[in-house]
Amino acid sequence: MNSQLIVSPLALLLALILVVIALAINLKEALGMTQDLIVGVVRAVIQLTVVGFVLTYIIKVNTVWLTLAMVAIIIFNAAWNAKKRAGTIPDAFVTSLLAVTTATGLTLIMLVSVRAIRFIPAQIVPISGMIASNVMVATGLAYRSLNTEFTDLRPQVLERLALGANLKQASQKLIVNAIKTGMAPTIDSAKTVGLVSLPGMMSGLIFAGIDPTKAIMYQIMVTFMLLGATSLGSFIAVYRSYPRFYNDQKQLR
Amino acid sequence: MNAFELHHMTFAPTKTAILNDINLDIPWGIDLTIAGHSGSGKSTLLRLLATLLTPTSGTILYNGKPQSDYDPILYRREVSYCAQQPALFGATVADDLRFPFTIRNTEMPREQAEAALESVDLAKTMLDAPTQNLSGGERQRVALLRHLFFPPKVLLLDEVTTGLDPDTKAVIHNLLDRQNKKGITLVSVTHDESELHMAKNLMTLVDGQFEEVTLA
Repeated sequence: MNSQLIVSPLALLLALILVVIALAINLKEALGMTQDLIVGVVRAVIQLTVVGFVLTYIIKVNTVWLTLAMVAIIIFNAAWNAKKRAGTIPDAFVTSLLAVTTATGLTLIMLVSVRAIRFIPAQIVPISGMIASNVMVATGLAYRSLNTEFTDLRPQVLERLALGANLKQASQKLIVNAIKTGMAPTIDSAKTVGLVSLPGMMSGLIFAGIDPTKAIMYQIMVTFMLLGATSLGSFIAVYRSYPRFYNDQKQLR
Repeated sequence: MNAFELHHMTFAPTKTAILNDINLDIPWGIDLTIAGHSGSGKSTLLRLLATLLTPTSGTILYNGKPQSDYDPILYRREVSYCAQQPALFGATVADDLRFPFTIRNTEMPREQAEAALESVDLAKTMLDAPTQNLSGGERQRVALLRHLFFPPKVLLLDEVTTGLDPDTKAVIHNLLDRQNKKGITLVSVTHDESELHMAKNLMTLVDGQFEEVTLA
């Protein structure tokens, strides 16, 4: 069974034809994404190669501090990338770090304490990556929603302030929309899981020869943990960010 | 004592001042109209009085104390700013009228809302109407009512009758007269010359300066 999982260098090279197809479409339609495509492919190859060796080492030595260090790096990178979507929102990195750390940390603690996973690098590191990347996307979308709505709905917010609303009351609709936007991909994915897509973890287990009826147990766990983590991450990011659209005099910036 | 006292008040967010070195007293209980062309700084003045903006220099005293001495939320419940093109943010008229009650953690009595609608010549059945179907005049009346359920001490009115038909203008003027008689100070701005003959106290604002003052 394991031999079926090995992708030979030749097979990888042939799979590169798919990238060539993407490049050809890009050139024919003048999409202007040639550089992005090439950079994306090169980065993916380098990053995954490095991570492959690092993970091999971490799994081999199997120490708590190295596992936690790897989780910290994942969280830092997720927060850094989420912050890039925040535009001019002040303190977005600290907010993102808080959101990703809390959501990832609490979910990991929960999963380990109910023995859904074990505290070993082979399980902790991939699960952390899965949670942190989803929280990163959720917070990034929530930031984008806040930025858009504080511009588009400025007259409404101003009107609420003029009526004597506090900042939370003036921003309530925008807060709700931002959290919903952040959670939307996870909820959509939860609704269509198994019908449209066989997600990564389940596919990986099936690839590895695990009985699909057992693989779904893990996927259900992943669905639960992602729903919890993205809602927590969006909640923290939005509630820490919306007051930053106002100044000390409780005026819109 | 005056409601507002402006001392050398300037508002210059860029190098060009929108309002420059304004000195002005606005007494309690007055019905004041400030006229001026578009861009003369009228709306900015109202937003400064409402603490939605802060002067770049000089001071605005409200009831003898600097605006900064007040909690902005409580201040804005006393000094209420009505925009020229009010944003209605509820799905229905009832949702919009409920907002002043919601922010004070109280329930809106339906009868009070229906009576308020009738007081501005709107049918009480309009309470459940979707706000997106309202005409400009209906929107403006609903928006004004939101400011009156918990009567403020000062109403700042930013061209609230501009673009409305004469009948609707008359209804709104009537409503505002009643508020003034109850003791609410009114400060209105307009660039509509047809409104000026109705002004009880008139000032003109030109290029950030009061040029002519005809206070009663």
